[in-house]
Amino acid sequence: MIKFFLIGFSGILFGFGLTLSGMLDPSKVQAFLNISRNWDPSLAFVMVGGIIVTFAGYNLILKRSSPIFSSSFHIPVIQHIDKNLIGGSALFGIGWGLGGLCPGPAVAILSYNFMPAIIFMSAMLIGLFFGRKFQKLPILNRF
Amino acid sequence: MPMIDWINFTPLNSLLGGICIGVSAIIMLLTNGRIMGVSGILGNLISFKENEQFAWRVIFVIGILIGPFVYIFMFQDFKSEMIADTVLLIQAGLLVGLGTSIGSGCTSGHGICGIARLSIRSIVATFIFVIFGILTVYFIGGKP
Repeated sequence: MIKFFLIGFSGILFGFGLTLSGMLDPSKVQAFLNISRNWDPSLAFVMVGGIIVTFAGYNLILKRSSPIFSSSFHIPVIQHIDKNLIGGSALFGIGWGLGGLCPGPAVAILSYNFMPAIIFMSAMLIGLFFGRKFQKLPILNRF
Repeated sequence: MPMIDWINFTPLNSLLGGICIGVSAIIMLLTNGRIMGVSGILGNLISFKENEQFAWRVIFVIGILIGPFVYIFMFQDFKSEMIADTVLLIQAGLLVGLGTSIGSGCTSGHGICGIARLSIRSIVATFIFVIFGILTVYFIGGKP
């Protein structure tokens, strides 16, 4: 019960932080990516703040033998760069530039700006569903 | 000529927002032992597997939905100006969904949590999606 309370709090804090940071404003995301014209570098500060805090916290937490409410940590172990990582991230970047939305903000603005958000979200979930199928295709390993 | 848009520059709000996101990621790892990556959480939710992992993901997503209202309650209304029409939103959504699932992460999972872990995969992924985002805005033409 406490676990779910804390995860709910974590979600609220995430949604609050996204709002405060400006990530819920697609025009601001586009201005962040618009480096050759009228550049608004604000969103770089989201990464700076987020990474510093997370880096410090993760280092402390990973000294523990396990998280509080689970028997072990579930941290990705893969290290190598592959075509899926590169190609997938490139597709994501194009979509991010076109719509000004990434997955977290797309969820957060559902309750605020419903119509455009639900259109984006529906398409994104379809993409997520088929992307996960595609990722598991054995044929990919031959390329 | 490149120039900085000082009128809309909000370094302090963005930094504080980023710190909130970082604390949120810390709580997720400390309590649940997991990386806070939204594309992964959503992707697992719609695959309808691992039933014992379903509840916390739903609760986290509900929390994200509540967050903006806490902001409005504490401060004021916020700006959210769409840049895409319906057709473009569908294309962008499909690309974001496909890309983050094939590339194993998004802005939160790779960009914040992965870089904080000094994961080479996440550093490469973040570099690529930012570069492709910049190129896309360059070619479609952002605000002059």
